[in-house]
Order: sequence, then C-alpha cells, then structure tokens
Amino acid sequence: MDTGMIQEKMKNQRKGAPGIGKELIKNRLLYSMMLIGVLWTAVFAYIPMGGLIVAFKKFSYSDGILKSPWAGIDNFKFLFLNKDLFNITFNTVWLNVLFIVFSTSVSVLLALMFTEVKSKIYKKLTQSVAIIPYFISWAVVAMFLQGFLGDRGLINQFIRQLGGDSVAFYNTDTYWRFILVLLRIWQGAGFGTIIYIATITGFDAEVYEAAKIDGANRFQLISKLTLPMLKTTIIMLTLMSIGNIFRGDFGMIYALVGDNSMIYRTTDVIDTYVYRALRTNSNLGFSTAVSFYQSAVGFCIVLASNWLTRKVEPDSALF
Amino acid sequence: MRDMTGSITKKKKKKSSDTVIMDAIVYTLITIFCLFCLIPFMMLIATSFETEVNILREGYKLWPSKFTTEAYRTIFKTGQIFKAYGVTIFTSIAGTLLSMVVTVLLAYPLSLKKVKYRTQVTFFIYFTMLFNGGLVPTYLLISKYLNLRDNIWVLIIPILLNPWNMFMMKNFFRSIPEELSEAAYIDGANDLKILTKVILPVSVPGIATISLFYALGYWNQWYNAMLYIDDKSLYPLQYYIMNLTRSIDSIKEMARMTGQAFASLPSNSIRMATAVVTIGPVIFFYPFVQKYFTSGIMVGSIKG
Repeated sequence: MDTGMIQEKMKNQRKGAPGIGKELIKNRLLYSMMLIGVLWTAVFAYIPMGGLIVAFKKFSYSDGILKSPWAGIDNFKFLFLNKDLFNITFNTVWLNVLFIVFSTSVSVLLALMFTEVKSKIYKKLTQSVAIIPYFISWAVVAMFLQGFLGDRGLINQFIRQLGGDSVAFYNTDTYWRFILVLLRIWQGAGFGTIIYIATITGFDAEVYEAAKIDGANRFQLISKLTLPMLKTTIIMLTLMSIGNIFRGDFGMIYALVGDNSMIYRTTDVIDTYVYRALRTNSNLGFSTAVSFYQSAVGFCIVLASNWLTRKVEPDSALF
Repeated sequence: MRDMTGSITKKKKKKSSDTVIMDAIVYTLITIFCLFCLIPFMMLIATSFETEVNILREGYKLWPSKFTTEAYRTIFKTGQIFKAYGVTIFTSIAGTLLSMVVTVLLAYPLSLKKVKYRTQVTFFIYFTMLFNGGLVPTYLLISKYLNLRDNIWVLIIPILLNPWNMFMMKNFFRSIPEELSEAAYIDGANDLKILTKVILPVSVPGIATISLFYALGYWNQWYNAMLYIDDKSLYPLQYYIMNLTRSIDSIKEMARMTGQAFASLPSNSIRMATAVVTIGPVIFFYPFVQKYFTSGIMVGSIKG
C-alpha cells in the first residue's frame, strides 16, 4: 500500500531479474524519459493511497498523518451507522446507471442517424454542433441552468404562459435526477457518437451491398446488420463505464447542486459528501473513511467488470 | 464505405417510400437534437445583451427585446475578468505544454517492444486508474506537506499527468509502423532524436487530440482552485464564474469597484455575459482541432 514499499518491491524485482542492469544501461535514454511521469505518479497517486491510513486515525491537522493517534475502526463504525451512507451510495450508483443507459442510447441512435445523412455539409455542421457542449464546463452549465430553471427562467415563463404556477425547481428534489440526466445527454451524447460513427464507417461495405441485392430496405439494414455489428462496441464501452459506477461525477454534481441541501436527497453522491465532510467537519478521519469505503468497493467493481468483459470479449479486457 | 450503399440507391433513380420516410425522420430528429444543444447558447447570448429592467420584468430571453452592451462594459470596466483570464490562459498554455512533454516522454518508451520493463511501468501507472487515495489524503499532501496553497502551480501540478490520455498517446505511437524509425537507427540517431525528428512529425493527429483534452481540462478546471486557492487574484475563470453564480457578494464587489450603486448593476446580464466571454475562445479554437479529432480518438482507443 505504501509508496515506499511499492518502489522497494520494484527495485528488488529489478535487482533480482537477470540482466536488469544491462537492460537499464542499454535503454538508459528511454528509461530516463519515463522518469518524470513515474515520479509524478509515485507522489500524486501512490502517496495519497498510503494516506488512506488517516481513516484509522483520530486525525489532527497539526500532528499530521503519522503523528496523529490511532482510532482503530471508530471512523468506520461511525460511517456504517450513518444514515446518509445508504443515500449517497444509492445516488452514486443510480445516477451513474441512468447516465450510462441514457447517454449510450442517445449516442447510438444519433450515430445511426448521422450515418444515414447524405448531405455532407448538413452532416458536418450538425455533428460539430452536437459535439460543442462537450467543451463547456459545468460551471458555465450551472450558470445557464439558472436561466432555465429559476423563477424568471425560460421554463417557468413557459409554464406561466400555459396558465400554470411556477415550479421552484431548486427546492424540489424530485425533478433533479431527470434534470441531471438531461444535462448529461446535452453535454456528452454528441461527443459519444464519434466512436460509434467511426465504428460504423469501418464496417464492410460488401455486406451491405449483398443485403441490398437481397432486397433489404434501410430499416432492415440498420436493425439486421448495423446494430448487431455495433453490439460489441456498445457492450465494451458500457462495461468500461460500469467499472466507474462507484465514482460520482464531482465536477458535474457539485457545480450544479453545490450546497443546496433542499435537493440532496436525490443528488448527493459519495464524492460531494466527502468534500462537504472535509470542509465542515473537523474529523478528517471520518471523510477519509468514506473515501476508503468508496475506493475499496470501486476497486472490486472494476475487477468484476473486467472479469465480465473478458468473458464477453477477451480482446477488449483491460487486463 | 456506407456512402457506397448510398450511391447504389441513387442508381436505382426511383426513391422508395421507406427512403423518403427514413430521410424525413433522420433529418428531423438530428435538427431537434442540434436545437437542444444550441438553445442554452442562444439564451446566454440573448440575455447578455438584454437590459436588466427587461430581465427583471420579463425574465431570461432567447432573443433580446432591447439590445444593450451594458453588461459587457461593466465586466470589462472592473477588470476582474482579465485577471481570471490571465490565470486561465497561463495555466492552460503552460499546463498543456508541460503535460504533453511528460505524457509523450512516458508514452513513447512504453510503446516500444524493446523496452523490457514496459509492462511493469504500465501496470504502475494503470493501477492508479483503478484505485486511488481519494480527496482527503491528496488534500493533505498538497496543502500541508507540499505547501502549494495559493500558488498558481497548484492549478497545474496535481493534474499534470492523466493516465487515460497517456495510454491513448501510447496506443497512437504503437500504430506508427516500425520501419519509419528503423532507418534512423541505422543512421545512428538516438531515441530522443528519433522521437522528435521521426515520430512526432507523423503523430500530429494524436498530439492535437491529446493536447486538446489537456487544454480543455485546464481551461475548464475549478475544482483545485476551490480546494487550494483563497487569493482572489489567482482565481481561474471557471471558479470566478462559479462564485458569480453562487454568491451575491461577487456582484457587490463589482459594484464597489465600478462605483455604481449595487441595485443599478445589471447582475443577471453580467452573469450571462461573463459566461459568454468564458466560452468564446473554446468555440473559436474548436474548428481548428476538430479535423484531427476523429482519427486521433479512434487510433488512440484501440487497445494495445
């Protein structure tokens, strides 16, 4: 777990294996090229992993990580007795499931439609437009969202025009899963088509010609040929996203929801919870325990999704 | 290749009814989706040019009923946005350059079969994508032990290397035929020379795509600013925007700086105008890199 240990182990491996010095000398330029990247990873990724021991400490900022007294599993006891735990776990997983299902469906649908477009100019123009939202930060999205959902926002103007009463979206948690999914589609579905379109363009044209000669129409070409051939790509990308299902999108959710506790019930995820715990709660051991729980369960899910991938499509498994 | 099937249809000269229906559905749905993508931009731009009185009376707009540039003039008068812009431009340019150097230097050796320990190094990097220490230990490392609080480099160093981008770059290098570098080896060039003189010139689509991803990450970041920056003159654009969205205080601050009465300040249109000013460069640069995009992403995502 500790960086030192891992480096030590790697060093030992290097010393132990035959010809290791020779290899390092022979390709010394190539190995030294990698040095900055490897060192950076050691400091900014492996040291924080070691820092997870804070979860087992009664942490005080002035004593630091090593000198703070041990707390055993008190932080975890506190975590598992916490009534928020179920809610943030559920929201993290459920929002990710909704994001995966809807973004993938819209992306695939759009990709199928884009490949049916014959006008080159129209195709290029619409594709560019569909991808642009991917480049907009969630901070800006949060800003324009007020222009839609606020009391003077476009949606409430529309509701009032129809004779209804304004809806206080920012105080009503029931709408927010839908709102987040819609924004996710806005931001990512167009970008998601890139890989599907490229895959479809790579399919063998002869197969399509043969089917045409057999009298297949365009609907049949899509449902009987394109979709089945696209299935592997869809499954692959979905399995890859499932690996991250235990990680909440902090950048998105904190930018949009912030500290608006009125809508926590449907939007609060593990990552936003940890951040608030860090900021408001002096007990850093507790927020680290939440991170620890997230990393550990998340790791198991990655392993599981990779195992599944290997069963479905051995070539696409990550390891 | 699918275009070929299209030309076959054309040869038949007569459009069958399913073709007509299909075209109608496809064009309509795509147009609707594009409108859905564009409406927020329309709203931002329209409201930024609307008078505050009209916004307060009628609400946000898709089309301004009275055109005014007051919001933009106020933003530029206070000058706060220029500082935020400066921070963001510096971190985006310096950050992207540094990230690309580190990424390429790590990805290139990992793409070579002759580097015997590439699997070990790959695993060392790859593991960090599966398991991480999370927010608190990273926070302690950066603010307590590395003492990077309120330092502009805190907006660059913690996100210097993105393993995902690095692996895409590696896969891109792998797709380059080995024969290209072999000739240079025979001429006695060393690995660094081969990388800069032979490999990089043919890697433009990959470099462009990965640079764009990094640049976008730096341009759009606010997370590290929120965690580590208290000094307002070091706020990057996105965090500046977030504060503008959240708190009325930042509008009050603007009133103080321009000497205007708080109530007379066009706060709604200022917000939207700031957003427009923020996304401007992104929209502007996008067409230049777009042509590399598809090829860069496709080659990079092939598993190697």
